[in-house]
Amino acid sequence: MGLVDRGRLPKPLTSLFNMGRSYSLWVYQWGLACCAIEMGAAFGSPRYDVMRLGVIPLPASPRQADLVVISGTVTDKMAPAIKRLYEQMPEPKYVISMGSCANCGGPYWDSYSVTKGVDQIIPVDVYVPGCPPRPEALLEGIVLLQQRIKNEDMGARWRGEGTKSMNIVDGESAEKGGVPVVVHN
Amino acid sequence: MTMLGDRQQLAYIASQAADARVNVELETEGMTLNIGPQHPATHGTLRIIARLDGEQVVWAEPSAGYMHRGYEKLTEVRTFPQVTALVNRIDWLGSFANEVPFILAAEKLMGVEAPSRAQHIRTILFELSRIANVSLFLGDLGVQLGAITPVFFAFRDREYVLNLIEGATGGRFHPNFDRIGGLKDDLPAGFIDETRIVMKKLRTFCDQIEDLLFGNEIFQSRTRGIGVIPKDVALSYGLSGANLRASGVDWDLRRDQDIPMAWNKTDFKVITHPDGDSFARCWVRLQEVRESTKIVDQLLDTIPAGPVMAKVPKIIKVPEGEAWVSTENPLGEMGYYVVSQGDQGPFRVKIRSASFNNISIVPWLLKGVYVPDIITILASLYFILGDIDR
Repeated sequence: MGLVDRGRLPKPLTSLFNMGRSYSLWVYQWGLACCAIEMGAAFGSPRYDVMRLGVIPLPASPRQADLVVISGTVTDKMAPAIKRLYEQMPEPKYVISMGSCANCGGPYWDSYSVTKGVDQIIPVDVYVPGCPPRPEALLEGIVLLQQRIKNEDMGARWRGEGTKSMNIVDGESAEKGGVPVVVHN
Repeated sequence: MTMLGDRQQLAYIASQAADARVNVELETEGMTLNIGPQHPATHGTLRIIARLDGEQVVWAEPSAGYMHRGYEKLTEVRTFPQVTALVNRIDWLGSFANEVPFILAAEKLMGVEAPSRAQHIRTILFELSRIANVSLFLGDLGVQLGAITPVFFAFRDREYVLNLIEGATGGRFHPNFDRIGGLKDDLPAGFIDETRIVMKKLRTFCDQIEDLLFGNEIFQSRTRGIGVIPKDVALSYGLSGANLRASGVDWDLRRDQDIPMAWNKTDFKVITHPDGDSFARCWVRLQEVRESTKIVDQLLDTIPAGPVMAKVPKIIKVPEGEAWVSTENPLGEMGYYVVSQGDQGPFRVKIRSASFNNISIVPWLLKGVYVPDIITILASLYFILGDIDR
């Protein structure tokens, strides 16, 4: 993989890699509050069944995970633990912020103990609004993230230039590399 | 009664004797095990610090506060109708049940009583949220003990109940449907027939869980005699709900209390179990789901006609005074002490949530158990983090 190390990878090979990465996402479930139950419904219930999207919700530790779903209220006491576990995840890693609390504080916007948005601590790729979002909304967030991964220029990431889009897939939201996506309910 | 007491005592003495034997036989080094704050077995963000001697817990302490969202302070800057949107999220599995005691307390202060149709619908939705709550517990219980199948059954049948709640209230998870003086809306068309079908499905679900889980030998050997809470200890720690009834105390606020809800118009059994171990707690909850489905069926038959909203002013100002109302929520006794000074919002609200008292017994209960039994005991105590930390 010398080409990869030097940050130069032929486009067809990149798209092949990206397809593989986007359909084998290992999700670390960070269930914090009410949204955790809806996340559980999306991941664990026969009606929503996230595994058909190529998402595996059973890593034993964040060190095996590609994606973390922060679902629920982030409190100031919890925030250091979130940062620490995020830093344990191997690159490339993605974050979905699920629910109003994780997006911006939600109904606790004036509470003294709640962190107003997980994006103050870790970078977020996809925001899923709702209080709590329906499981379908989380599934759409995952689909949007997969579009983005398919479109990603891995060379740029390895060269340390951050997330850049390759415009392989024609997705409306996937074009914006590095800019967070919001699911529209 | 003496026989039951003896049975508890024997189980307790036997477990203590086993612990003592191990202590004599093996000398082991101590270590501290930190479970949480994020661990799949703790239902959220409870952190438990356990000091171990080999495989045995010498000392354990739950560290709460990772989900503290400051409800009591926030209610002081909200108006009375806005508070229900907040308190929905305390026990997030049975959301509607959280609104009811607060609304009842506010109604008590205002001297308003909801029409009897509204009381009936409130009770139906209350019991539906209890079913939604406890049926997830029954599935989750299997996962904690290493059986993954029951959770699929639980999520499948819980969706039916959530659909009913969504159909009636518009909110799948957090209905925010209760108003001071009644309800936001009447029931939608077809709700009653649909509910009857779903209640039948839920009874089948209970049978399936009983076959799959409660009849399982591994499940029984992992829960029977584990985490025994004697009657007097349960009372002195302030346990409530199924945890208390599983220790043989015949206590149920739905039956014992005279509040403007429709429970006194129905006929239901209060389930108790003499053993007080983890199995008893799980078994009592399973039977309670069955009783709840029967309560809902009875209420559907006797639902009266009439308005769902009493006459209340558009802008609600609650007169000066203090009121305490508590109800039998899915997790135990939940109550609100509301102090009003005649404003649009409460002056102070004290929330008594069931889980906080229920986990206060954890340091006592975990002393001397083995590490795998920590998970069994925590699962069977059944708490929800929002309900502990508030």
